[in-house]
Amino acid sequence: MVDAIKIENVSKSYGELRALNKLSLNIKQGEFFGLLGPNGAGKSTLISALAGLLSTDAGSLSVMGHDVVADYRQARSALGVVPQEIVMDPFFTVRETLEFQSGYFGISNNSQWIDELLDQLGLADKANSNMRQLSGGMKRRVLIAQALVHKPNVLVLDEPTAGVDVELRQSLWRFVRRLHREGHTIVLTTHYLEEAEELCDRIAIINKGELIALESKEDLLAKGLGNTLLVRSKQSINSVPPSYESKVSRLEANEVEIVLNREVDSVMQILDDLRQHGLDIEFVNVMNDSLEDVFVRLTVAPGGAR
Amino acid sequence: MNAIATLTLLKKEVKRWRKVWLQTVLAPVITALLYLAVFGHVLEGRVEVFPGISYGAFLIPGLLMMSVIQNAFANTSSSLIQSKVMGSIVFVLLPPFSAFEMFLAYIGAAILRGMAVGVGVFLVALFYVKVPPVHDIFLIIGFAVLGSYVMGALGLIAGMWAEKFDQIAAFQSFLIMPLTFLSGVFYSINSLPPFWASVSYLNPFFYMIDGFRYGFFGQSDQPVMISFFVMLSAAVVLTGFCVKLLATGYKLRDA
Repeated sequence: MVDAIKIENVSKSYGELRALNKLSLNIKQGEFFGLLGPNGAGKSTLISALAGLLSTDAGSLSVMGHDVVADYRQARSALGVVPQEIVMDPFFTVRETLEFQSGYFGISNNSQWIDELLDQLGLADKANSNMRQLSGGMKRRVLIAQALVHKPNVLVLDEPTAGVDVELRQSLWRFVRRLHREGHTIVLTTHYLEEAEELCDRIAIINKGELIALESKEDLLAKGLGNTLLVRSKQSINSVPPSYESKVSRLEANEVEIVLNREVDSVMQILDDLRQHGLDIEFVNVMNDSLEDVFVRLTVAPGGAR
Repeated sequence: MNAIATLTLLKKEVKRWRKVWLQTVLAPVITALLYLAVFGHVLEGRVEVFPGISYGAFLIPGLLMMSVIQNAFANTSSSLIQSKVMGSIVFVLLPPFSAFEMFLAYIGAAILRGMAVGVGVFLVALFYVKVPPVHDIFLIIGFAVLGSYVMGALGLIAGMWAEKFDQIAAFQSFLIMPLTFLSGVFYSINSLPPFWASVSYLNPFFYMIDGFRYGFFGQSDQPVMISFFVMLSAAVVLTGFCVKLLATGYKLRDA
């Protein structure tokens, strides 16, 4: 089966700034894929290249097997993009906006699907309102509807929940999960890492235009990054045994946090060593790493600079 | 060629100017009427450009064509710069339009707005001035369509090039307006000193006005076929240039 998205050795520079650096990535059909990275990592550049909004310096991109340059008609027909910025055409109503967008994709009678989109996205009572009269959250819903008017195989959501209230966020994810169940490939970029952790099957992390991780969510969470052991002593803690010093992530007052490597570290052994070092242990907790912890470790260079 | 997509973009562009018809149709009609009232009043009976034709009647075709072409330019340029500045251009860039389809839709809307304004000016002018004779209705329509096509294409180029509204305004004030006013809307270029008459032949807008006026009076400063050929050539060259710019996404994509 052809990949939903295939990105091969794509590079893009803006003057001295290298936004994408020989980036390669395949996304299979039916995946719920997370594309993560800090601000300026190249996520939006990659999505723009995929959507034909900008040209690349090198490499190739395809959607459902169609090259985004040579077969742009088929590639764009297979792709729906929800842009990061809230944009709208202030002249038209919500329904007009969606009817025009359908027509742009060559669909002349799309009322039934438009009604369903309006209903699913909680826009039914706003159908005849002018776009200018909508709140930011409502405009965001219209953007999502616009990306879906032509029922694309692949839906790319570029930070769709930025600045969106909890209710919309939940209803949006319900709807996107439904689309995913129905066979759509979903590509999500988000700053809310818990969203990616909750929704995505596979996650890519890019930083400075390069792919630094591409794993299933489970593998990424378990990728030698371990958990954290919290130990609280009855007295203040001044030091730990020298063999653990490099693993201490926090040492304050009577608490110490030690990063565990799941494959080699034994919690019981560490606790024994700490007791022998003179700690009178009062409380112990093993904390699971979140995707956020993994993300920060992968994208933050030693010394804290991104 | 995706006819549904092209017609939808055309429909959207027409609806855009229809929704603000006070600004896009009525205002230029009123402006033309004011020119007609003031110049017609001041010069009526004092100037006779073509034998047997009153100055007011002479003025109508020029004013009409001026309104047509200025509004055709305004339609494409303002639509593009607005959608670029507001970001809504992305809705046209994401779908699978070819460059030629986009061109046809934008130019079609510009022609229709030009025609709407032209008909408006003509109808209102009828109340003030004796109806000018119609020598050849097909030439009148042909020049109006060609003129608004060419100006719509220039507006498209200006809209793609500009990044701010004031750049469009500068384009209109420093290029379109002087070339229109110096194209023979208000006078025959044969009445100019020889040097300025020769310079006027370099003004492409002159051929729009002169050919259009021929359609009414059967008289013109230049043979009408020359004007027609100049306009047709301009349309062909600008079509190629615009389609090339749209295909490369000049200042639209990669922006």
